[in-house]
Amino acid sequence: MSKFSPLALWRRFLALPNERPAKALGVAFLVALVAATTVSVTAVMLKPRQQANIDAAREAKLAAMIETLPGLADILRETGAETLEAVVVDLQTGLIDSAIKPAEFDFVAAQTDPEQGTSLLPEDDAAGIGLRPNFAPVYLLRGRDGLALVVLPVYGKGYQSTIRAYLALEGDLSTIAGLSIYEQGETPGLGARIADPEWLSQWSDKQAVDEQGNVTITLVRGEAETASEIDGITGATRSSTGVVNLVRFWLGPSGYGPFLTRLQAGEI
Amino acid sequence: MKRSSLKQLTSPLIDNNPITLQILGICSALAVTTKLDTALTMSLALIAVLTTASSAISLIRRHLPSSIRLVIQITIIASLVIVADQVLRAFAFEISQRLSVFVGLIVTNCIVLGRAETFAMRNPVWPSFLDGLGNGLGYGLILMVIATIRELFGSGSLFGVNVLPLVSEGGWFQPLGFMLLAPSAFILIGVLIWIIRTRRPAQVEEDEYPILTRQSEGRP
Repeated sequence: MSKFSPLALWRRFLALPNERPAKALGVAFLVALVAATTVSVTAVMLKPRQQANIDAAREAKLAAMIETLPGLADILRETGAETLEAVVVDLQTGLIDSAIKPAEFDFVAAQTDPEQGTSLLPEDDAAGIGLRPNFAPVYLLRGRDGLALVVLPVYGKGYQSTIRAYLALEGDLSTIAGLSIYEQGETPGLGARIADPEWLSQWSDKQAVDEQGNVTITLVRGEAETASEIDGITGATRSSTGVVNLVRFWLGPSGYGPFLTRLQAGEI
Repeated sequence: MKRSSLKQLTSPLIDNNPITLQILGICSALAVTTKLDTALTMSLALIAVLTTASSAISLIRRHLPSSIRLVIQITIIASLVIVADQVLRAFAFEISQRLSVFVGLIVTNCIVLGRAETFAMRNPVWPSFLDGLGNGLGYGLILMVIATIRELFGSGSLFGVNVLPLVSEGGWFQPLGFMLLAPSAFILIGVLIWIIRTRRPAQVEEDEYPILTRQSEGRP
């Protein structure tokens, strides 16, 4: 056998004393190579399965959202609709952008990416978000009698955290079907009570928008009297104000307003 | 199986248990034992990593320059941990979400590097494999014992199946919220160590820093 055949070279490499730098480098390189190959092959091979799991988890979250919205399950049953249809809306024009796939659109990432958003002037920024994404997902529910429900993901600043919620509007686009807060970090026991089902239940059937398209929902101290007043939580004024402000913002002209106007006019 | 190799497998279960005797791998034992299914998954992941890491390191032990041996060991262990984590994410997604960072932290679990350094570097592949398996089982045994107690008294269930009827569902059992907090595992492991060392006094360590008395200091 030749002195330079691969097998002979391999034997010579193994026979090198461990203290030689060449051996140390060689062993380190080989181990790193084998380890890197193993990790990459596993990661690439398992990627489709993991992605399927992540998608299933997102679906489950949406299903859980439908369940937490008060009365939504009843609406689903009454209208005969199976599930929500997701679309991505251009907030500037109010039109559905069919080029963006809802499943691939990352709304949370868009909220902090300056390239995907528009800076807001302080006077327009009732929700205190500073930067508004150019696109946002919307979930529509069409039943036998046309549009039954529109679910809008909304968020804004509370007292000490970002409050994230789903706002559901009924088919007339002015009555609130329900509000579901799924993420907040307000003071436990005080501000955190905005996520209590008891407080959230009063949002159902409130008139959020009047006939001229102006946002009417307001926060009051004490008992709410009219159909567009929300009763604030004692000791959590800033958290309840935050929720009302973010709902006002997202229903308004800088939020989903243009989209809702188009939807109302039957343009979509 | 020869007697000596059987001993390699069984001695880490109680006599030489990595958690109760060597007090290694405690932090994951505190974190993943609120439920039996997470504890079982974590144990299986550790057993898989520990046996393969010990075997692999033992296989190349003669060609590991001592100057870079720790780097090489950690490289092997870390890659195996990533593989285990990826497999869990693909096939046990829900549990891997609950285990969150703790599967990844097997890299820093002292049991794995400890066995590699003290056993696998000096012994052939088969004994190293058995040693890894035995230590993994010893770790898993303690995790399962702790998790059984914590899930039974903390949630009234075993493997998610309700065993004790809860007050909230009209039964008589009021769950002990303390069992779901990490300190309870700390106390339970302490009690376990106490029981084992009472039964096996050989495990009791000599007091390195005895409390001084007047007599021992030679003062009147």
